[in-house]
Amino acid sequence: MLCDVCKERDATVTLTHAVKGEVNVLHLCQRCAGERGIETSFSTPLKNMIADYLPAVQAQTVNAQIESLQCAFCSMKLSDFRESGRLGCASCYTTFDQSLRALLRRVHGNAKHAGRQYEAPAPDLLHEVTALGDLRERLRRAIAQEEFEQAAQLRDQIRGME
Amino acid sequence: MFDLSLLPDGGLAWLDASGDQSDIVLSTRVRLARNVEGYAFTGRSREGERLRILSQVRDAVPAVPSLTGGVMVRVDELDSDDRRLLHERHVISRELAGLEASSGARGGAAVYVGDGVGVMINEEDHLRLQAVRSGFSLEPALAAISQLDEELGRRVPYSYHREFGFLTACPTNTGTGMRASVLIHLPGLVLTKEIPKVLVGLQQMGLTYRGLYGEGSEVLGSFFQISNQTTLGRSEEELVDHLSNVVRHVIQREQEARRVLWRDAGYIIEDKLWRAYGTLRFARSLTFDEAMSLLSGVRLAAGLQLVQGLSVYTLNKLLIFSQPAHLAWSEGRELTDAEADIARARFVRQALADEVGPIQ
Repeated sequence: MLCDVCKERDATVTLTHAVKGEVNVLHLCQRCAGERGIETSFSTPLKNMIADYLPAVQAQTVNAQIESLQCAFCSMKLSDFRESGRLGCASCYTTFDQSLRALLRRVHGNAKHAGRQYEAPAPDLLHEVTALGDLRERLRRAIAQEEFEQAAQLRDQIRGME
Repeated sequence: MFDLSLLPDGGLAWLDASGDQSDIVLSTRVRLARNVEGYAFTGRSREGERLRILSQVRDAVPAVPSLTGGVMVRVDELDSDDRRLLHERHVISRELAGLEASSGARGGAAVYVGDGVGVMINEEDHLRLQAVRSGFSLEPALAAISQLDEELGRRVPYSYHREFGFLTACPTNTGTGMRASVLIHLPGLVLTKEIPKVLVGLQQMGLTYRGLYGEGSEVLGSFFQISNQTTLGRSEEELVDHLSNVVRHVIQREQEARRVLWRDAGYIIEDKLWRAYGTLRFARSLTFDEAMSLLSGVRLAAGLQLVQGLSVYTLNKLLIFSQPAHLAWSEGRELTDAEADIARARFVRQALADEVGPIQ
């Protein structure tokens, strides 16, 4: 049906109004309806769609970024975590900080530790033999994996302790 | 077979019914999940790393007074019967015992058993510290575990985050890493059908419940484990206080339910409980589930002072010793299910006769 006013465009708005006891029905296109100051109902969802769409695109980009995150220490990905429900190491808490924070809040109603504070013991308090053995093992692995920068640091650390 | 006499008190001191309200609350347990800094969590660790964690703890133990006189058991070197035995005794978890894994316990799985405290090594988290007490004893258990935690944490560096607290493999343990639980017997609330309301109430108050053998185990014989659900955002003391208040309330409701049962259905209850007692004293074959259910009834009968001369300690021991691995251990051989049922009935008859005397 064409618009009753311009007779050019398709009518998309039905305007029912009473004049002197008679009911008039006007079929208007969106533009002519707008000229008469009539708020057309379908422009609103369109606005909403755009308003929803942009953040959704942004969220998708962010999601894709989050999905591709991988823990540098244990090489866990979010998809691994979703499958097992277990994190791979302490560094995962930093890698997946954003997703975890939301999860922790949902599980515990809170994401801020309020219990016992802890300070790791000073290295000299730790059993030196174990620490040394540990460093040597890490050095061995760093060399095997050709991570020479890390290996050099470890070697210096071991020399320092010896 | 593993020599259980090596463990302090056989790992069973918590059964002695010396604690508060021990006719209703069998035991109290508080555990802390900790990970050692510098290693991937157990699920993503290699055997070599787990062995190093084990040696790191072993080196630290002489400087941990809470573990003085304790013994270390290499769970990964035990056969499956022995691992089952330690699990039935609540010394190690199902996970550490590797009862579900076809490959058995993972390399490096071990446990330190001290006096009322213990440390599982290479469980889901590198360390699971636990304190167990008889009866309703949350505060003493928390004090013991905090002491152990402090001593060990001074020698072994834990993974800790200033905002998230102690870091654990499962985010449901993050923060305090603490799970405090009481093993409680609620036959009154089960018989009066009040229990669903109580359990819903627990969940609304941030607590959770499980069966006798922890996560995933079904509720048998009206024995429930009630514990805190959340571990983050509140201090250890606050979590324990809250649990303690709710459990105290549950105990009151259980006592009330028992009074009502006795008042309104005295002879029905009396008949039911005497039948349970009679079956335990005369049956020649008992399945584990049946034994649990009957022992639950007799425990209630003892609580109502129907049966005289039967101690809570004996009933507690029967719960542990009528399990399959314990029966095989006391018989000194592997048993088929049918043989285990016969051995169980014989064991229960003997224990009751020893305690109450022969039937005239």
